[in-house]
Amino acid sequence: MSLDIETPLIPNKHLLGIEGTTRDQIELILELTDRFAEIGKRPIPKVPALRGRTVASVFFEDSTRTRLSFESAARRLSADILTFSAGSSSLSKGESLRDTVEVITSYGADVLIVRHKMAGTPKRVSEWTDASVINAGDGCHEHPTQALLDCYTLKQQRGSLDGMSIGIVGDIRHSRVARSNVLAFSSLGAKVTLIAPKTLLPPSIERWPVDVSNVLDDVISDLDACYLLRMQSERHSKGLVPSLREYTKDFGLNEQRCKMLPKDALILHPGPKNQGVEITAEVSIDPRSIILDQVTNGVSVRMAVLFMLLGQHETYQKDEL
Amino acid sequence: MGIVLKGGKILDRKGERSLDVSIGSDGKILETGKKLNGDVEVDCSGCIITSGLVDLHVHLREPGDEEAETIETGARSGAMGGFTALVAMPNTEPTTDCLAVVEQVKTLGKKSSCEVIPSAAMTVGREGKEMVQMGELVDNGIGIFTDDGKGLQDPQLMRRLMEYSTGLESRLGRPIVLAQHCEVHELAEGGHMHEGEWSSFLGIPGQPAEAEELMVMRDIALSKMTGARIHFQHLSTLGSVQMVREAKAAGLPVTAEATTHHFTLTDSACSCYDPVFKVHPPLRTESDVKAVKEGLADGTIDAIATDHAPHSQHSKEMPFDQAPPGMLGLETALSLSLEHSGLDLPGVLNLLSWQPAKIAGIDNRHGMTVEKDNPANLCVVDLDETWTVSGKEMLSRSSNTPYEGWNLRGRVRHTINNGLLVVSDGESTK
Repeated sequence: MSLDIETPLIPNKHLLGIEGTTRDQIELILELTDRFAEIGKRPIPKVPALRGRTVASVFFEDSTRTRLSFESAARRLSADILTFSAGSSSLSKGESLRDTVEVITSYGADVLIVRHKMAGTPKRVSEWTDASVINAGDGCHEHPTQALLDCYTLKQQRGSLDGMSIGIVGDIRHSRVARSNVLAFSSLGAKVTLIAPKTLLPPSIERWPVDVSNVLDDVISDLDACYLLRMQSERHSKGLVPSLREYTKDFGLNEQRCKMLPKDALILHPGPKNQGVEITAEVSIDPRSIILDQVTNGVSVRMAVLFMLLGQHETYQKDEL
Repeated sequence: MGIVLKGGKILDRKGERSLDVSIGSDGKILETGKKLNGDVEVDCSGCIITSGLVDLHVHLREPGDEEAETIETGARSGAMGGFTALVAMPNTEPTTDCLAVVEQVKTLGKKSSCEVIPSAAMTVGREGKEMVQMGELVDNGIGIFTDDGKGLQDPQLMRRLMEYSTGLESRLGRPIVLAQHCEVHELAEGGHMHEGEWSSFLGIPGQPAEAEELMVMRDIALSKMTGARIHFQHLSTLGSVQMVREAKAAGLPVTAEATTHHFTLTDSACSCYDPVFKVHPPLRTESDVKAVKEGLADGTIDAIATDHAPHSQHSKEMPFDQAPPGMLGLETALSLSLEHSGLDLPGVLNLLSWQPAKIAGIDNRHGMTVEKDNPANLCVVDLDETWTVSGKEMLSRSSNTPYEGWNLRGRVRHTINNGLLVVSDGESTK
């Protein structure tokens, strides 16, 4: 494969969000992802593109999937991996966030993959390190690589997102996946509808590029893709919905409701699924479900992102790919 | 013969006049007149001489968080900003809710660059459960009670405090001030900035304007019920300003303050995720800022306060939710008010000195006219000097100013506290 490594693919040093990323940049990442997806199918799915580079996964908040996905991506690119994991609480033991970041940077990390339960933390981290920073999910703010892999997965199925009608269903208020996807989907020309009870919608979203519905059954038959978000059980205890049972009844995708979804529509979920709440086991394996494709594509997208931020390196030879 | 302020122009409630001011060794103004002489002649040419500023709302952090500020450093910072009197908030550690802590604050204050007026908590430990020993505190000169940082949630207890305090006024010899930080806990809980378009966009949980407004509404109703005086701290929303305006029109004994940051900054500042912009009540929207300025202009808001809230650097180098709320204010308040409040010069002095002195019950020594026999609590301001804000250069022990790098006009050249030159030519002498 050949890549023009003289041209910076992303003018930015960091990937902090879909916000601030242009349509052209998103499309370039998706195009590059195609090439990395091919590597994943080789008998030995490994290239030396990031040999000698160090990727630090800095997860202040627990994560299994995203961390595994990033670390697999880094390994396939032959990068070295540093792993930092701590509950956010370790910071309150006295070390400031800045201290933590400076220490990790001093181990020689070239990129920090940061997840934190609070919005904006990756941005703050980027101000205290020379390394690149990738936002792997910050509180209720953004999860840009999830959005990129979702776009890639939809594009894989449909060729283009232009004109698609995509419904995002569930706890949008607390969802970084929803925020990133609203920006990414609409940037690529899709029409986005947020579907949730009012208590699970963010306040003051009149100027977002979305339609809003409080009743899934009203809009489901118009959707080309139905993106279900994870419904966390504590939302009920905080009084945002009367009960999980009622939420499931009105917003869960079960076989019955699935019949209202157009035959060629797609079903997505960022995982981990709360089976029996927002989605039933039967629907998860419905032919329209592309949930497992999302997982597979996650690694390829993250390879593309890591390569773009780190790959333009003097020791890198483009014919090594 | 003591200090003579030479070549300046006096500006007070009586107007302007170009006179020198001679200050006696007893700390009082000896005389004002043309071409006075003294042992120490202080150049005030091109400056106005006015009463020292009075801040109804300052966190001096001592006792308890001396790493962020002490009474000495806070008062020095105040003097640098032209203040001669600071009302110290009681959210210290231990809480200023009893005579012992009040006395400590007073004692340390006496050695400092400003007059430090301790306020006391309304409830023990600021926990909103039991009244403090109000009578005992009143008998020792405490006239301002507040659980600042927390609004008193229990309406019944608030009512009782109002009733009880009015009965103590004859013992104090002046009105007692109950100062409320209006915030309904259940609505504000978990919110780290103003709830609105920006919070939704940034993914930072917000607290709505209504969290403040519901308590303003409640306390106006309780003031009407009990006849008690209530002072609203740091009003920040359009709705709050409107309610206070109506309460005043109805003749209720309410007063209010607004902070400099609530008329100079909006919630959009949080978009950089730097907790230096995190404060309670939070920075609001453009329309709230406009309403606060209208409140300053039409007399709804009686005083400009700073809510000076020093925090150590490491505590602000944290994720937005974990960083404590609050920002510095003492050294920027006057310049910001001159430039951004929409008030003219006498208007600014009225809200930064004359009226807050009355609310604090210290108008027998602060916020007075610059005349013979009045205590010499004065500040001398060069209205034309421009300067650039730098947290590191501030005299506060902390540097968490949200105005870093701002170019401001108008700066304090000298401050005289009780006859002593505590700031001379822009330098602290203490």
